[in-house]
Amino acid sequence: MNNIYNKTIIKIALKSFAVVSFLMIFSCDPDETQTVATFNKLVMADEFDIEGAPNSAFWTYDIGTGPNGDGWGNNELQHYTDRTENVTVENGYLLITAREEAFSGSNYTSARITTQGLFEQAYGRFEARIKVPYGKGYWPAFWILGNDCAENTWPQCGEIDIMEYLGDELTTTFGSAHGPGFSGADAITKDYVLDSDRFDTGFHVFGIEWAPNYINYYVDGDLYQQITREVIFDETDGEGEWVFDNPFYIILNVAIGGNFPGSPNSETVFPQTMLVDYVRVYKQ
Amino acid sequence: MKTIKLIQFKIAMLTLVLVAVGCERDISDDAVLSEFPNTGDIYTDDPVGLTDEFFISFDPAEGANTEGFGTDDNEAYIGTSSIRIDVPTPTDPNGGFIGGIFKDRGEGRNLTGYDALTFWVKGSTTVSIGEVGFGTDFEENRNAVILRNVALSTDWRKITIPIPNPSRLTQEKGMFIFSAGTQDTGGIGYTFWIDELRFEKLGTIAQPNPIIFNGQDLVQQSFTGSSIPISGLTQTFNIASGQNVTVEAAAAYFDFNSSNAAVASVNSLGEVTIEGSGTATITATLDNVLATGSLEVTSSGALPAATEPTLPQVNVKSIFSDTYINETQSDFDPQFGGSTTQTTTVNSNGDNFLIYTNNNFTGIIFENTVDASALTFMHVDVYAQQAGVQVEFQIRDIGANGEINTNIFTGQPNADDADFRFTASGLTVNGWNSYEIPLAGNIASQKGNLGAIILAGGPNFILDNIYFYVP
Repeated sequence: MNNIYNKTIIKIALKSFAVVSFLMIFSCDPDETQTVATFNKLVMADEFDIEGAPNSAFWTYDIGTGPNGDGWGNNELQHYTDRTENVTVENGYLLITAREEAFSGSNYTSARITTQGLFEQAYGRFEARIKVPYGKGYWPAFWILGNDCAENTWPQCGEIDIMEYLGDELTTTFGSAHGPGFSGADAITKDYVLDSDRFDTGFHVFGIEWAPNYINYYVDGDLYQQITREVIFDETDGEGEWVFDNPFYIILNVAIGGNFPGSPNSETVFPQTMLVDYVRVYKQ
Repeated sequence: MKTIKLIQFKIAMLTLVLVAVGCERDISDDAVLSEFPNTGDIYTDDPVGLTDEFFISFDPAEGANTEGFGTDDNEAYIGTSSIRIDVPTPTDPNGGFIGGIFKDRGEGRNLTGYDALTFWVKGSTTVSIGEVGFGTDFEENRNAVILRNVALSTDWRKITIPIPNPSRLTQEKGMFIFSAGTQDTGGIGYTFWIDELRFEKLGTIAQPNPIIFNGQDLVQQSFTGSSIPISGLTQTFNIASGQNVTVEAAAAYFDFNSSNAAVASVNSLGEVTIEGSGTATITATLDNVLATGSLEVTSSGALPAATEPTLPQVNVKSIFSDTYINETQSDFDPQFGGSTTQTTTVNSNGDNFLIYTNNNFTGIIFENTVDASALTFMHVDVYAQQAGVQVEFQIRDIGANGEINTNIFTGQPNADDADFRFTASGLTVNGWNSYEIPLAGNIASQKGNLGAIILAGGPNFILDNIYFYVP
C-alpha cells in the first residue's frame, strides 16, 4: 500500500523486521501489524474478548452532552449514554454505536468511554485497531487526555489525538496534539491519506509512541508524524509549551455533528458502529 | 495407477504449502483465468483497443446526430488529444441529439479487476449530460449501467461510474455510452470534451446499497402464465469524495431469489414468471448484499377469460381481440418519455391479454388510422386485481395530418387532434368489467382518423377486447 504524506517522512530501522516477516508468513494473520513502534513491554491490553459491558477494571463512561451542556465544547449533537445500544462488547470487538433517536433533548445517542482513574500513564505506546463508520457528521476518535485537567484547565493539561476522522473524508485520518499555544483549530496536526483504500471498509492500526521528547504517530506500518518540543516551538513561534509529561488516560468515542464535522445530511446512515478490535499500551 | 496417485498427492502437498506460505488474499494477477484482455484504457490520446471508427451512434433515423462527434487536438486533460462532442440544437438537420457507444471490436474485455469507469470531462457551459455509462454493446446490452445527469463544469472534472458488480464483466464489449441533448439549455447547442477514459481499480468504491423496485416492497396479485419484470434496479456506492453515486444497473448484476419456485420463478434477466397458485416473495442480492425492495406476488391460478364478444364482425373495427380480425396493427408499448409503464402481452390458454403494470401514462398507437365515422362506441374489458384502480381512456382522433399532436405541458390534443376521455373506476376486483364508451364529446363529429388510445393512471390493470363498434 502506498501512502501520501503531507510532511516529512521519518524512517526507522526495523529491528524486528525478520521476526515480523516470519510471523506473517506462517500465521496468515490479517492484522495490519505495525512495525514502526519500538516500545514492546505490554502494560495494558483490552482485547474485548468478554461479551457485555466493557471491562469495568479499565473503562468508565462520560455521559450526557458535556460538563457545560454545550456538546463537549464543540456543539456536538449526540447524548452519550452507557446503554448497551450505544456501547457493548460482542464477538471480540468493542462496539460504539451512534443512533438517530430523540433522547434527553438530543437527536442522537452514542458513547464515550475512558480509562480516567483506572488506567493512566505518562509516555508509552498507545495503539488500537479500529474500523470507523462513514457519512457526513460522523466524528470518531481514539485519543488521550492529561489527568490533571481539573487543576490545569485544558489545553494546559494536554491532549494527544491518536486517531480522528471525518465520515465524509473517507481516506483521511489525522493525528494531533493540543497544548497551550496550539489547541483547537490551531492544534499541531497532520493528515494521513490512504491510497486505494478507505478507513470505513476495514480495520486499521492507529498508534502513537510517546517518549519524554517526542510523539510519533503511525497508521498500520507507516510513521507519518513526529511532534517534538522543537516542532511545537517552530509551529507556534515559540509560544507553545510541551505539556506531555503527566499521566494521560484513554478515550474512545463517536461524536456526531458539531462545529468540526458539520451536521449529518440526508444520506448519512444511522445507526453505525465504530468497531475496536483491541487497545494496547506498552512502555519502553 | 499408483504412480499417478503419488504424483497427484505430491502436487496437492505442494499446493497446500504454497497456500499456507503465500498468504494471498486475492488471486494474483498472474493467476487470472481470463482468456480475454483486461485492458482498462479506452481513450487516452487515441482510442485504446478500439478501431479508429470507435464511435457507434444511436440510430440517425431516430434523430441521433452523427456529425457532432470527433477528437480534438487542441483540448486535452492529459496529453495531446481529447474526445469532442458537439451537442446539436433540436432542429439541427443532421439530428437533434447526440449519443452512442464505444465498442471493443475484439472479443470483449475482462473487467473483473476494476471497480469503476472514470473519465475527465469539461463543458463549454455548465449543463448536465443526460446519461453516461457502459455495458451497452448494441448486441444484448446485458450489463448496461447508466449514470444520469452528469453536471459539467467549464474546467476539467473527474467523473466516477462505479461498476455494480465487477465479477459479472468477464467479457464486455460495451466500453462507454453517452447521450446528450439541449433540454437544459433551452435548445442552445454546446460542446463537451472527454479525456482519460478508462476502467480503474480505485479501491475506494464502498458501502454498496443495491435496490430493486425502487426500494419498495410491492404486493401484487397475478395469475399463472403471466410475467412481471423486475424494474427500478439501482446500485449505490459511496465514493472517495464522500458522495453517494447511484447508477441504474442491469438485472445481470443481481442474483434473484424466489421463496417458492412452484409459484414464481425468476430468470437472470429479472423476469418473474408466475408458475402456479400460491404466494412467493421475490428478493435479490448484488454481490451478496441484500437489495432493498421486494415483490410479494400471489397467484390464484389462471386468469379467467373475458366474456366472448357476440357482435358480428361487420359491426366492429377491432384493435385488440381474439374474436375479431384487427382493423390495424398497433404499437402497444410506445415508450413515451417519462412513462413508467410496463406493458406485456400474455397468452393464457389461447387467450391474449394486455397487462399494464405501474402505469402513469402509455398508449395504444394505431399503425393506420381507423375511420369510425359510422361507429358509435368503443368496447373494452378491464380486469383489476386491486381495489381503487382507475384507468382513463383517451380516444384520440389525430386529424388529417396523421400525426399525434399533443401539448406537452397540458397533455391536451393540439393542432388538428381531438379526443374523448372516459375514466373507468369502481371496478370489481378480480373480475372482468366491461365498458361501452360512447364516441362522444370532441370526437362525436371528428372520428374519421382515430389514431390512438392513451391510457392514464391505473396503475395496474389488464385489458382485453378493445374494439370500436355500432350496436
